[in-house]
Amino acid sequence: MDLMGDHKLDNNYLLEINSLHAGIEGKEILKGVDLRIGKGEVHAVMGPNGAGKSTLGAVITGRRDYGVTGGELRFCGKNLLAMAPEERSWAGIFLSFQYPIEIPGVSITNFMKAAVNAKRKAAGLPDLKPGEFLKLLKEKMALVGMDSAFAKREVNVGFSGGEKKRNEIFQMAMLEPVLGILDETDSGLDVDALKTVADGVNALRSPERSFIIITHYQKLLEYIRPDFVHVLKEGRIVRNGGPELAEAIWQDGFEGIN
Amino acid sequence: MDEFLQKMTERDYKEGFVTEVEQEYVPKGLDENIIRTISAIKGEPGWLLDFRLDAFRKWLTMKEPHWGHLNLPPIDYQDIIYYAAPRKDSDRPKEIDPALMETFDKLGIPLNEREMLAGVAVDAVFDSVSVTTTFRKTLAEKGIIFCSFSEAVREHPDLVRRYLASVVPVGDNFFAALNSAVFSDGSFCYIPKGVKCPMELSSYFRINAAGTGQFERTLIIADEGSQLSYMEGCTAPMRDENQLHAAVVEIIVEKDADVRYSTVQNWYPGDAQGRGGILNLVTKRGICRGEGAHLSWTQVETGSAITWKYPSTILKGDNSSSEFYSVALTNNRQMADTGTKMIHIGRNTRSRIVSKGISAGHSENSYRGLVMVNPGAVGARNRSQCDSLLIGSDCGAHTFPVIRNSCPSSTVEHEATTSKISEDQLFYCRQRGISEEDAVALIVGGYAREVLSRLPMEFAVEARKLLSVSLEGAVG
Repeated sequence: MDLMGDHKLDNNYLLEINSLHAGIEGKEILKGVDLRIGKGEVHAVMGPNGAGKSTLGAVITGRRDYGVTGGELRFCGKNLLAMAPEERSWAGIFLSFQYPIEIPGVSITNFMKAAVNAKRKAAGLPDLKPGEFLKLLKEKMALVGMDSAFAKREVNVGFSGGEKKRNEIFQMAMLEPVLGILDETDSGLDVDALKTVADGVNALRSPERSFIIITHYQKLLEYIRPDFVHVLKEGRIVRNGGPELAEAIWQDGFEGIN
Repeated sequence: MDEFLQKMTERDYKEGFVTEVEQEYVPKGLDENIIRTISAIKGEPGWLLDFRLDAFRKWLTMKEPHWGHLNLPPIDYQDIIYYAAPRKDSDRPKEIDPALMETFDKLGIPLNEREMLAGVAVDAVFDSVSVTTTFRKTLAEKGIIFCSFSEAVREHPDLVRRYLASVVPVGDNFFAALNSAVFSDGSFCYIPKGVKCPMELSSYFRINAAGTGQFERTLIIADEGSQLSYMEGCTAPMRDENQLHAAVVEIIVEKDADVRYSTVQNWYPGDAQGRGGILNLVTKRGICRGEGAHLSWTQVETGSAITWKYPSTILKGDNSSSEFYSVALTNNRQMADTGTKMIHIGRNTRSRIVSKGISAGHSENSYRGLVMVNPGAVGARNRSQCDSLLIGSDCGAHTFPVIRNSCPSSTVEHEATTSKISEDQLFYCRQRGISEEDAVALIVGGYAREVLSRLPMEFAVEARKLLSVSLEGAVG
């Protein structure tokens, strides 16, 4: 079982998942997942519907309706399972939601102000001054090609599918995570929107930032080239490889991979 | 989420302190002698005493109303002190007791000249009397009268006599009759023709003494073409027993005048078990008398053990209009039954109702509203929107809208929604690093935004803070 981690010989993984078992409402979905993510790496997790891909993202970020029944989850050497969702966020984990949530009456500006300042507070830093915050906001909006009028809109209310996903990437840019998890960011996007989102992610790639790209299709991976590809099936990672694995899946589907 | 909700149920009520000050009281209980005593202390003219006695006799024949969706605890009207006032230093009758200055300072309402809130004139009422009214001179230069009710009776008896009980008749309801019999002080405001009031006017009501009730009376008159923004706030100490607050507010809006009346109600709500708290039983009503008159009510109700309150507008003038914007938040064992009445009489009158209820803990929160369109109100329009937000699973939200439309050419629309703060919303916020408590405050603030944005800026900030403080202990 050294396939998943042979890219690194030392033990300095950013994220280490060992034999993770987890589920919801008593139903086990992840049945022993092993995964190691090094600094600056981009990992794609692919798999058919119901394989447990989104569960993996939910468990890493600490959604409380998901129960962990076994295994280990370590981030920068710390036990993630002992941390609240907001603490995991402060530590630098970001999840781009498959279905971003509406918060009526709350503007993107106020939402991001609360998020950015919460993170700063956790790090013992004072709130950003309004001017500094607005500068940051504008800069990051430009990065993902968002119109500045967007900042006044209510979080995800009345957004198109593409706008929602772009908003997720924008938030990721604002919060500058160490690990970005993209949960089916490509679902429901047309090619143009997909490309815009991918450009945003690529702009955020750096040796200091890792990504887990959860996807059903190989399409997104044409725009964001992963370093590693893992196939998740029935709650287990059944195959590890490089970008060529994604292409093989595109040709033959998940059927043949066991 | 429920665990978290429970954990958060202790609210910090920072206004719950008591001021140690020497007070004078009338004896406990209520009869004609008490009323005569109150009237004598205040040196009132005979007509006002007669007004009180008439109200008292009416009140004796009336029954306490229990139609609200509330558990109004038994009130022993003979066990209440109807008048309590800080004793004046007889050597220096004009000076404000430093203890009172300090009290209002602590409440964020500095009364001394140097620190007064810029652009806001305040009438500060402590138990049964007005302590002071700021900026009176500045306002007087424009012909605006802003003073305590007692002073108005002395200095402007004709105005008071002409308008008192012209909108809320003495026998309107049980609590209005009680107020008319025993009211002690309150604010009076008159804006002359064509004058735009240059600053916010506000009344701050403070209950301090134990065993008392507060029965203030506010009378606002906006003459033709005038403009006024008025703001009211209130707090009380934390006590284990209930205290009664039965106020009457009357607003007269003449032709083309514009009045914006805002309330941030933060009376002591009682503790988490429902002990103590203010019984807030209030009658507020305005009349748009002239053509094109406009009256807007905005209320943020977070306090009181019981709230029974329906700020209403009589739309008499043609083309007059009114709005009612309300956020009512209940937590723990609080109960609120609040809403409005819009009575359309004039042609082309318009009203809009936006009610946002927020229930948490074991509280009960009801919207009750009446939209009435008389046969002559040709072309009248009303639009009502009543939203309820539930936090946790042990609270209740109810709406009792009544529409009586006797005019075929009018349009009346009613829309209602009920929602909960979802686990998805909380998780989304927390994933972005916003703690659960802050997430709830953020979501509730967003929900209430349409109403909060109607408040004058400085009060909107306060109201937002108050909403999140009031949710402490209940939230998830």
